[in-house]
Amino acid sequence: MEYDPVIGLEIHAQLLTDSKIFCGCSTKFGASPNTLTCQICLGMPGVLPVLNKKVVEYTIKMGLATHCRINAECSFARKNYFYPDLPKGYQISQYAYPLAEQGYVDLELEEGRKRIGITRIHMEEDAGKLMHDEHNPSSYIDLNRTGVPLIEIVSEPDIRSAEEASAYLRRLHEILVYLGICDGNMEEGSFRCDANVSIRPKGQEAFGTRAELKNMNSFRNVQRALEYEIKRQQYILEGGGEVVQETRLWDDTGGVTHSMRSKEEAHDYRYFPDPDLVAVAISREWVEEIHKGLPELPLEKRERFIRDYQIPAYDAGVLTTSRALADYYEEVVKLSGQPKVASNWIMGDILRFINEEKRDITACPVTPQALADMIRLIEEGTISGKIAKEVIEEMYKTGKPAKAIIEEKGLVQITDEGALAQVVTEVMAANPNQLAQYRGGKDKLFGFFVGQVMKATQGKANPQLINDLLKKMLAG
Amino acid sequence: MRLAAEASYVVRIWIFLENIRRKVLKIQKDEVTHVAHLARLEFTEAETEKFTAQLNNILIYMDMLNRADTTGVEPMTHAIAQKNAFREDLVKESLSREATLANAPDARGDFFRVPKVIE
Amino acid sequence: MELNQLTIHELQEKIKAGETTSTEIVQAVFRRIDAVEKDVHAYILLTREMALEGAARADEEIKKGNIKTLTGIPIALKDLLCTKGVTTTCASHILHNYVPPYDATVVEKLRDAGAVFTGKTNMDEFAMGSSTETSYFGITKNPWDLERIPGGSSGGSAAAVVADECIAAIGSDTGGSIRQPAALCGVVGMKPTYGRVSRYGLVAFASSLDQIGPFTKDVEDCAIMMNILAGYDPRESTSVPADVPDYRQFLSRGIGGWKVGIPKEYFIEGIDAEVKDAIQQTIKVIEGMGAKCIEVSLPHTEYCLAVYYIIAPAEASSNLARYDGVKYGFRSLDGRDLMEMYKKSRSAGFGAEVKRRIMLGTYVLSSGYYDAYYKKASQVRALIKQDFDEAFKQCDVLLTPTTPTPAFKIGEKTDDPLQMYLSDIFTISTNLAGIPGMVVPCGFTRAGLPVGVQFLAGHFEEGKLIQIAAAYEKNANLGKRRPKL
Repeated sequence: MEYDPVIGLEIHAQLLTDSKIFCGCSTKFGASPNTLTCQICLGMPGVLPVLNKKVVEYTIKMGLATHCRINAECSFARKNYFYPDLPKGYQISQYAYPLAEQGYVDLELEEGRKRIGITRIHMEEDAGKLMHDEHNPSSYIDLNRTGVPLIEIVSEPDIRSAEEASAYLRRLHEILVYLGICDGNMEEGSFRCDANVSIRPKGQEAFGTRAELKNMNSFRNVQRALEYEIKRQQYILEGGGEVVQETRLWDDTGGVTHSMRSKEEAHDYRYFPDPDLVAVAISREWVEEIHKGLPELPLEKRERFIRDYQIPAYDAGVLTTSRALADYYEEVVKLSGQPKVASNWIMGDILRFINEEKRDITACPVTPQALADMIRLIEEGTISGKIAKEVIEEMYKTGKPAKAIIEEKGLVQITDEGALAQVVTEVMAANPNQLAQYRGGKDKLFGFFVGQVMKATQGKANPQLINDLLKKMLAG
Repeated sequence: MRLAAEASYVVRIWIFLENIRRKVLKIQKDEVTHVAHLARLEFTEAETEKFTAQLNNILIYMDMLNRADTTGVEPMTHAIAQKNAFREDLVKESLSREATLANAPDARGDFFRVPKVIE
Repeated sequence: MELNQLTIHELQEKIKAGETTSTEIVQAVFRRIDAVEKDVHAYILLTREMALEGAARADEEIKKGNIKTLTGIPIALKDLLCTKGVTTTCASHILHNYVPPYDATVVEKLRDAGAVFTGKTNMDEFAMGSSTETSYFGITKNPWDLERIPGGSSGGSAAAVVADECIAAIGSDTGGSIRQPAALCGVVGMKPTYGRVSRYGLVAFASSLDQIGPFTKDVEDCAIMMNILAGYDPRESTSVPADVPDYRQFLSRGIGGWKVGIPKEYFIEGIDAEVKDAIQQTIKVIEGMGAKCIEVSLPHTEYCLAVYYIIAPAEASSNLARYDGVKYGFRSLDGRDLMEMYKKSRSAGFGAEVKRRIMLGTYVLSSGYYDAYYKKASQVRALIKQDFDEAFKQCDVLLTPTTPTPAFKIGEKTDDPLQMYLSDIFTISTNLAGIPGMVVPCGFTRAGLPVGVQFLAGHFEEGKLIQIAAAYEKNANLGKRRPKL
């Protein structure tokens, strides 16, 4: 029997606001424990929440970027449960009236485009951090993180494989980062993913029983966990058993999922409208204003690059991995007029340099102007492509412009036919055996002569000229 | 007769009759125990019995709400309906760690400590 | 007359005239406290040193001519209001040692107006009660009869005012917790419109019903206090940005030509005969002032109690979830793991009435019951509010009894929660609708127990309440009686 997986993903993304969702404490990551808290996010007696307007703005942005309907009115609800990292004993979230609903994202898969529905996007507050002591039965709580704003993005169960899930995650990730509303750091916890997984026999419409997967803290782990879980459920069904609806935790070291069932009880969250917060009314004008301010999104940008710059999809993909990189590329294209050449230099050399040093493109010592100038120098024939490889490395190391480096190192390409002919003559004279063999029919030795001329000119000879000259002169 | 006493008398008769009519309690002891667990409270046998009886009386009294016609009525969640109470995204000074931990029943170093959560 | 027996406005005059100092006033108040507090027990915490220091500072300001509205006047605060650096217990074991790191907005406002604080007054635990008998710190007695309750939950504040243990006090009202004690203790009490006075720093009981208000010796003092307490607060999302009038302007206007609505559902058989008499007398006085008393109907009155006892406990069960022994307050050391710690801390930390309401609230919000109880109650709540909207189309204010009986005996109703709840029937509807309500003394029973009349008005019409209360007070000729302590 063949089974199809049915997967839905729930993503929690921390928003890059300066202050928390309901109080003015800073949202900075990595601060000393319990130093970014106030009476409000600590849930002390008598405190009240007041909504950070920017959180609404960012959530609308995400809703628009994923083609959701932005509800004219939404409101907050309390999700009641007890846990030490939840100071008030309830989380302020949205339940019956979320901000955005019924959107989608398109995935670029090998087989083509696939649309994944987004059920809803809503605002809520984050909880604190609980750390367990290995040596004694204690847990320690750092409440810095309570009140950091989150958006929860719930997908429709449209995902049909671990690969698709990965692609969906990457799509959402790049959109969030492009919008500048989330830094998308899974390791630091600013981008989290839970999954609902079930399988059903091929052709069956009804969904199977699903398990909820948690504790997958990297893209790779999400894929591994899903692959494992699909297999696990398949094994159960093939053995005639039934899949239990439960929450399972991904165990990274063991490579398996563990049931939480014995410790977990069905949560009764007793949702009810939060009486301390008033409704959020979002006007058409506000939505339009935000819509106008949206940056070009990655998918659209990639399509435009392919169309306008005539570069292949692969290049477009690499060049749009970040907004900053895409902007860098476009600037170089503007200044040099050579989209494909620019792409090659950025993908081949610039990215290699900055990745080695783990630098961001915004900190690259080679400015778009400098790169464009170098490209122009190649186009003019001042240096060869080969020499340029040296030059660009030097540009990166020193931050100096290409022209200065070429002059300093005397790397100007030799284009004087006469001078080159002289070199060719000398090379021919220095290698009589190879010359004889070549004239005798060993065509392969052409490359040898090219190499020798290049060596003699320290790589500065214009390759095209060398080719032409050698062809003429070797022939005799 | 004082209103409170008379009203309470009437309520008691009503509850008695309702109980007979229903032949069943509105809330049983095991449900009371479950609700207590949800609320992180624990009671002795005697307390649970007492609570069950008291809650029953109260819940039976609540049934009178069913007589009110609420078709098409929006639930009233706020005394005064308002919208868009916002604040700007500005950082304000937090409490010092000392102040944050000052009331903690068990603070260890920089943290609040609790008995271990059994995961 | 002793200084502590005077009103705010009388003391303002004396201070301005240089006839007295804040220190003298505070000392007089504490002399009185020393004399009667052992019998009344209005306070959980006395802040004598701080008060005297405050008085000294106030006297400095007075010498410089910086006299603000309450400069040097001793005010008591219900122990549900957060006071920075001073324990705030909510009369509960679970917060017995809690010291807030911040002041409630109203506390800040009172401080800014120059007030001096005498201490934190006793109350029913977490404001849940109508008699101040559920306090972890003992019972407050009604100064008129020490075997009777002062009302609740702000019993301590009411008792402190009528016993002259402070000049005025602050309380809170969720279902009548200012108005009922005001009536039973014979003082003036006001529950403002919801959103009129900031809730920031008021330990929450039922968030959509709670309001802070003043207890004063007369209507003029109430207007003075309301001027300070009222106003928009950006720290509360449900605060309403409505202008605050000078409430004193309503003190000298009459009520000639007014229509005063008498809701027929509030005058059923069974109100204590003497209470009824006092209210009827009040109606006569009102009519004698040129107002017309007309009968109106609030048809959904019978549902008020049920609606309140679903909504309030539901919100409370959520508001009180933060008392878990983790970050502040009492923690039981008997718990061997987290679950036990939660359960033992909360069970030992909360009193019976609080636990009962948490249970009720948790139940009505729980899976399967939300629609039948909470949602239904919220819908009926809308109908109750509609009743008032309709009534106020026909009249300027409403007049009702405040309580069905005068102060009952200590212990009389503690065995039957439903009986206790029934004593709130005239005050609950006000909180559900969010409208303001004010209570003024209107007489005494033969046994010498106070009776209070309640006036209700539309949203943000506190001015009308003060107007009729002041006019009534002037014309009622009740005489000045003081409790014999």
